Amino acid sequence: MKRASITIAFLVLCLLALSALFAPVIAPYHPLEIYLEQGLSSPSVTHLFGQDKLGRDVASRILYGGRVSLGVGVTVLVISLAMGLLVGTVAGFFGGRVDAVLMRMVDVFLAFPGILLAIAMAALLGPSVTNIVIALSALGWAGFARLIRAQILVVREEEYIWAAKAIGVGSIQIIGRHLIPNILAPVIVEATFQMAYVIVAEASLSFLGLGVQPPMPSWGGMLNDARSFLLVAPHLVVVPGLFITITVIALNLLGDDLRNRLDVRKD
Amino acid sequence: MARYLLLRLLWVMPVALGVASGVFFFIHLLPGDPIDLMLGEMAADANRVALREALHLDEPILKQYGRYMGLLIQGDLGQSFSMKQPVLTVILARYPATLQLSLAALVIALFLAIPLGLLAALRKGTGTDRGILLFSLVGVATPNFLLGPLLILFFSLKMDWLPVSGKAGFSSLVLPALTLGIGMSAILVRMTRSSVLSVIRKEFILTAQAKGIPTRWIIVRHLFRNALMPIITLVGLQFGALLTGSIITETLFSWPGLGRLTISAILSRDYPLVQGCVLVIALTYLMVSLLVDLMYAVVDPRVRYS
Repeated sequence: MKRASITIAFLVLCLLALSALFAPVIAPYHPLEIYLEQGLSSPSVTHLFGQDKLGRDVASRILYGGRVSLGVGVTVLVISLAMGLLVGTVAGFFGGRVDAVLMRMVDVFLAFPGILLAIAMAALLGPSVTNIVIALSALGWAGFARLIRAQILVVREEEYIWAAKAIGVGSIQIIGRHLIPNILAPVIVEATFQMAYVIVAEASLSFLGLGVQPPMPSWGGMLNDARSFLLVAPHLVVVPGLFITITVIALNLLGDDLRNRLDVRKD
Repeated sequence: MARYLLLRLLWVMPVALGVASGVFFFIHLLPGDPIDLMLGEMAADANRVALREALHLDEPILKQYGRYMGLLIQGDLGQSFSMKQPVLTVILARYPATLQLSLAALVIALFLAIPLGLLAALRKGTGTDRGILLFSLVGVATPNFLLGPLLILFFSLKMDWLPVSGKAGFSSLVLPALTLGIGMSAILVRMTRSSVLSVIRKEFILTAQAKGIPTRWIIVRHLFRNALMPIITLVGLQFGALLTGSIITETLFSWPGLGRLTISAILSRDYPLVQGCVLVIALTYLMVSLLVDLMYAVVDPRVRYS
């Protein structure tokens, strides 16, 4: 039962990633193609998820929207991981004053209400995919930095690190060869949950009109567009909403499983 | 205890000033000119200069900062650019609505999460447990902007039981509070379950059972009370998240609260209002975490502050 759900979660994520990647090939219609007279049509054989207010094919828009959601998710994750790894490793490995300064900086970033800061940045920088990535990465790195630092502090005292130092291995090499590979497990687990958070945050910003701008499709933006047609065309709200929910559930299941498997303590 | 309380309250001041400084520089250093938004880009230069002077936006940023901080220490949050009213007045008009919504959501979350979490722990491994965990999994993953419209669709549009949006009496509070509360309960259920499970094997539970204390009494007095600490911590954290999380829900339901006020202040580059809103949210957050720490002492007699 448990195994099955993890396998399904993993397959779902692969499927979502592949369908986003190959959206131009598999999408049955162009996501921006307008058929006004067919606006708000219900799901049918030719249009699996129906058509939106302008008659655009919802299934095709979901596929293209997935590129935004997953693309932003992955990009933000990579950037914040890289920054977190840099700051966390430097703070943890060198300690002392460097550590104190970097960690107070992290505290400041963590103290601000996350989504509010992202909203402010997206609003002030102007709504676009790039700015969403900037805003969410600016928030995401601090959590990783703290986690990575804490892990480094533990691993730093292991005997093999002392051994490496004793035989004269350089700092950079110790960090790259010995420290980082040994702290990856909890970081991977955290990254899975962070990805889920970023996907919801991106959708929230797009929902508020601060993200991807129309006519380009994104799951959050599609939901926002569909709100006024809730009664006549509920599928327009339900379909993009379900895609967000399913992605997040799959990521959370995967994160839980990885945590158990890699034997990472909670908290 | 009184000393501890006093120290904690004194600590609020520097933190608040820190937050205020952070927000001040953050919004002043980002691009975007409030004058453009207030007068439009076609406005005459003379008018723009006059307005810029009137709002002190022509001064060097450090001088503006000094002026802002000077007033803040006296409890003056300044004048809202867009509303032409004192920021404090604007915020105080909206604050009760957000507090009301957050508290109602909290009540719903607790009423859902605690019995469900307890039940799941007591029936661990059964279908009931799995069902409750599934609710939690789906609940955590369902964003407010999906749950909200679904609730509107069913309760307002199909059944016509509750209003779609706005704020008019108790009935208009139900849907936004449910939207926020269900999401929060999904997180709390898991915490309640795991916290109860960590207590359930303790020896004092076995002792209570051996003494022949009725099961119901054991659950309430011994099991639940000892499982309460992590739950309170999470509730405190979540309540803070509720205040900001309400931005989406308030937008969705046209609820006239602080969340929507903050958004519109950000969009119109209303610097004093943004600063005021974030400050009030941060202060509320600090107060809630203080309250949580005090609750520890109430719940667990081992906790003493001195």
